[in-house]
Amino acid sequence: MTDHAASSSKPASTFAETARKYALFVLLALMLVGFWYAQPAFINSANLFSILQAVSVVAILGVGVSITMSAGGFDLSVGSVAASSVMAASYAMVVLQMNAFETLGLVLLMGAFIGLVNGLLIVRVGVPDLLATLSTMFLLAGLQLIPTGGRSITAGMMLPNGTTATGAYDPAFLILGRGRLFDTVPYPVIVMAVVALLAWFLMERTRWGRVFYAIGGNETAAHLAGAPTKAYRLWAYVISGTLASLGGLIVASRVGRGDVSAGNSLLLDAVAAALIGFAVLDKRRPHVLGTVLGAIFVGVLLNGLTMLNAPYYTQDFVKGVVLVGALALTFGLGKKKR
Amino acid sequence: MPASPNQIVVSVRAIEKSFGPTRALAGADLVVEAGEIVALMGANGAGKSTLVKILSGSISADAGTILLNGKIVSFASPGEAQAAGIATVHQATDQAGAAGLTVAENLTLNELCGTGSFFVSPRSTRKRAKEIAALIDLDLPLDRDFIDLRPAERQLIAIARAVAAKASVLILDEPTSSLSATEADRLFAVLRRLKESGIAILYISHRTGDLAAIADRAVVLRGGKVVASFARPIDFSAAIAAMIGRTLDASAHAGTLSTAPILASIRKARIIPGARPFDLDLRSGEVVAITGTLGSGKSRLLRALFGLETLVEGSFTLDGKPWLSNGPARSIENGVFMVAEDRWASSLLPPEIPGASIAGTIALPHLPRWFPLGILRETRERLVASEAIGRLGIKAQSPDDTLDQLSGGNQQKVVLARWQAAPCRLLLLDEPFQGVDVGARADLIAAIRNSQSGSATLIATSDTEEALEVADRILVMRDHSLYEADGSQEGGLAAVIGSVESAETRADGTGPTS
Repeated sequence: MTDHAASSSKPASTFAETARKYALFVLLALMLVGFWYAQPAFINSANLFSILQAVSVVAILGVGVSITMSAGGFDLSVGSVAASSVMAASYAMVVLQMNAFETLGLVLLMGAFIGLVNGLLIVRVGVPDLLATLSTMFLLAGLQLIPTGGRSITAGMMLPNGTTATGAYDPAFLILGRGRLFDTVPYPVIVMAVVALLAWFLMERTRWGRVFYAIGGNETAAHLAGAPTKAYRLWAYVISGTLASLGGLIVASRVGRGDVSAGNSLLLDAVAAALIGFAVLDKRRPHVLGTVLGAIFVGVLLNGLTMLNAPYYTQDFVKGVVLVGALALTFGLGKKKR
Repeated sequence: MPASPNQIVVSVRAIEKSFGPTRALAGADLVVEAGEIVALMGANGAGKSTLVKILSGSISADAGTILLNGKIVSFASPGEAQAAGIATVHQATDQAGAAGLTVAENLTLNELCGTGSFFVSPRSTRKRAKEIAALIDLDLPLDRDFIDLRPAERQLIAIARAVAAKASVLILDEPTSSLSATEADRLFAVLRRLKESGIAILYISHRTGDLAAIADRAVVLRGGKVVASFARPIDFSAAIAAMIGRTLDASAHAGTLSTAPILASIRKARIIPGARPFDLDLRSGEVVAITGTLGSGKSRLLRALFGLETLVEGSFTLDGKPWLSNGPARSIENGVFMVAEDRWASSLLPPEIPGASIAGTIALPHLPRWFPLGILRETRERLVASEAIGRLGIKAQSPDDTLDQLSGGNQQKVVLARWQAAPCRLLLLDEPFQGVDVGARADLIAAIRNSQSGSATLIATSDTEEALEVADRILVMRDHSLYEADGSQEGGLAAVIGSVESAETRADGTGPTS
């Protein structure tokens, strides 16, 4: 019958394939060396950790996005959830006078709840993923302004009802965003590493991750194989919402106030990180390691260019170039025909 | 296109094509004359579809020449092949036209998309569509949306369009795979008329019955080369032997009535309101096939047993206890497994997804039981997959191969292996031999029959020949009700086909459309 299929041995991976697989790692190494050469201060540990700290929120949000993407969905609301979390955390401490731990719990619960709402809209009501999360994105962008009448939240601010807020940011809360472990590793970097490790383990090493991907690949096949596909999709959004609120908490503790414009570019950056991740190891699918590396890649590039005095307004352009390149690498260039 | 009989329209010489290390075509030669219907036969992976793709311009050959009406041609795109007069009707009928457009618009699609005038009025479209429809005596309401058409009707639209484009070569890829017998007859009548008018037709099919009805000549491909050619009357057993490189004894297992205990039973089942209620008992170790036309209710019965649909009336029992599933998860827990039709849509994952390998595909439904703590151990999956690869003769390099690297028959073996990897009570197979070549079919049948200790198998197939090859007992589904196949013991194939045909003539007038 198919004699050729049996007799031929597996082709040795070509140079092009290997190159595509590790392209982003090589580029990252080249960038590090290049920026080091151009600006020796680039490579000192304080700067490298500040890069990681800068990308940690985007990476955490991106992990959530990549989990929803792997289950065949897409969470557009992560930026708004993070922004609302900044406002909610500030409101909880400044107006409701909660302490750091109560605030953490409240905000994470809020993120999970928003994820649940997204998920229910999608699997119960039947709204397509993109549209459902787009509408919650709008809803939250507006909702976060209402309790304070559209103003940022700071200690001693005037509330819409004329009274003055009496609470303040809990100093313990600020450690999350500003503290460093052993005075070197910023806590956000540690949070990012823990989130990435847990999410990587969930998605790549457990049967639950396998089912998330199976649902994204062929929902009918997963359903017929007995997987509770709706529950999985619901969970994907709950995880994404919770991670987004965690990202928001980090922003709040770093900024130390409820800034209405916080998290403006977070959605696009997180989505870009997840998409750049497609190219990492030539996986052509969302994956956690790729997303984190995608975020770091963009962070290193922006930091290096800033050190070389590239103007701030070129940043979005640079991100766009990286994204286009990564996607071309994933889907187009030299892809073998099947 | 004026063409005297016996004039060679298309001639393919020493065509070669490799995909990486795989040689899909290794010097194939083929000649089709004007007014001739040539059947192209071959097992999956023999190179049929590669040859079709080269002729229709989707891919280009590595070496060799194509002569069209005496001139050397090469096509860079399907559009060029079409312009040169080679029309292809693909197996997937949803690609035969554009959903959302009417029949009339679809018939005139070529002109709408390219060569026609800039201004299009509904009236001129209708007028032109009528002319095109008349070319093959197509009688369809011109205002109907393409999406509401049956597969057979979609196919006829594609053929009409090819004729209107003055094609000199018509390639049909598995055209009857989704047609009922009467629809196929109608297609054959159209093809005979086209043949009269001098069009050269290349007809690809697995179904020997169809080929016997219309082919003038059969050409058999194996390993990328033409290994045999048969003139009318075509000796199909020799052709099949040439296809698979060995003879196949179509031994029927029917005959011995099982006395094993009843494992599952269906009582007073009514699939749709108004249908005649029926009973069915499945005994332990038994393989039962349900045959009948598309839309007669075979799939519905299987889906109801698996918990994807509910019956209008009636009840199931499994091991003597009432059985009513609320979905696949519950069914699988209780050992009721189903292989749905169309394996890519129902069972397989795209290659970039983790778990799309042979090992992952087999493991998917068993993950909760194999890995109760949630942590995957790939060695376990690989072990099961390696065992299945050996037992079913799956042609693959390792358990890590993704399914798109395998031929249709081997893909189906993997899907079967998935459901044989756990203890089974009732195995439901819906069209398990769809797009599977004869050799792999024999392997699948052996695997189905060998695993029959203590479980029952219920197979739905619209191909009576397949039913005879695999089953102990054959039932006919007609108007959503089950009947014993008349005289399946002595008459064999003829008797079963007879009882299905008589069902078809009745079902076609009143039956549902899909």
